[in-house]
Amino acid sequence: MPELLILCLEFFKTGLFAVGGGLATLPFLMTMQQTYGWFSAADLANMIAVSESTPGPIGVNMATYVGFAHGGIVSALVSTLSLVFPSVVIICLIAGVLEKFQKNKPVQDAFAVIRPAVTGLIAAAGLSVARIALLHEGQSGLGMFNWVAIALFAVIFAATQWKPLKKLHPVVFIAAGAVFGVLLSM
Amino acid sequence: MRELWELYRTFFTIGALTFGGGYAMLPMLERELVEKHQWVTQEEILNYFAIGQCTPGVIAVNTATFVGFKRRRVIGGITTTLGVISPSIIIITVIAMLLSNFMDIVWVQHAFAGIRVAVCALILASVVKLFKSNVKRWWHWPLAFAAFLTVSFGLSPVWVVAATAVLGLLLGRKVNLHA
Repeated sequence: MPELLILCLEFFKTGLFAVGGGLATLPFLMTMQQTYGWFSAADLANMIAVSESTPGPIGVNMATYVGFAHGGIVSALVSTLSLVFPSVVIICLIAGVLEKFQKNKPVQDAFAVIRPAVTGLIAAAGLSVARIALLHEGQSGLGMFNWVAIALFAVIFAATQWKPLKKLHPVVFIAAGAVFGVLLSM
Repeated sequence: MRELWELYRTFFTIGALTFGGGYAMLPMLERELVEKHQWVTQEEILNYFAIGQCTPGVIAVNTATFVGFKRRRVIGGITTTLGVISPSIIIITVIAMLLSNFMDIVWVQHAFAGIRVAVCALILASVVKLFKSNVKRWWHWPLAFAAFLTVSFGLSPVWVVAATAVLGLLLGRKVNLHA
């Protein structure tokens, strides 16, 4: 089989079976690394770091990165498009069904209970981001708190709640974060 | 054609400005889709997140497809998906091509550390907003708290969504959940 077709099938498989977003693709990429050796384990670690830090969904970033390592821009396009293809098909089907039934009482009942729970899920996801952003790795006790980061966090959060700044585009706060990160040598 | 371009452009922006993926895009979605274009409501986004959590694929992509489909059927779904992945393809390709040691640059590390903190604050701001509009009745609180705890301790979110869906179907027959 031509290499590019293998790449396409591998990422199609990943897109079809990785449930739960971004990092759920990781086990598939590890298997790919061991089976085909398109990139080294150290490359993979580097890819995770870059994918998590740069803009864009992590799963998509990883697919582009792996594809590029495999064979340049063409492979990067093939891997990324193969990754998203299954979800586009599945979601279009679900969206069609949902539109038909969303006025039905059982569907509305289900979502009425799901939504508060999803709010809790998002809070939990926020907490896991906070763990990475505000704590020092591998330390315990008071030493684990990154006080500079926590102070910056408090200031930025207060700014998002303050009336005159509330309506600013989120990217303004992100840019401010980057500037303070450099200034404070975080 | 005009709306398709608008959909592509909006999701390109969201893809380019989402740091951290998945739920970290919530502040951008609220700003661009709910407030600015009013293509979807905040409740619909939560519905999409719930479904995206249980279906295969990247959540950001699933959400993009949902919104695109709602506006312009399959062609809309494809347009928004291409929009949200375009910045990744460009940015990652450039980094992979030019800067194999991108993450070793000291000021890049500092900038990203600062960005992570800002993203964290933005997510908290979104969570506060979500709680205000979606956690209103007394029984919403224990539900949200239970979901928060179980997922924080490692339970897959799929189970939370599945369990609450069943709960909603069963309770909906006995009591009015929308009152």
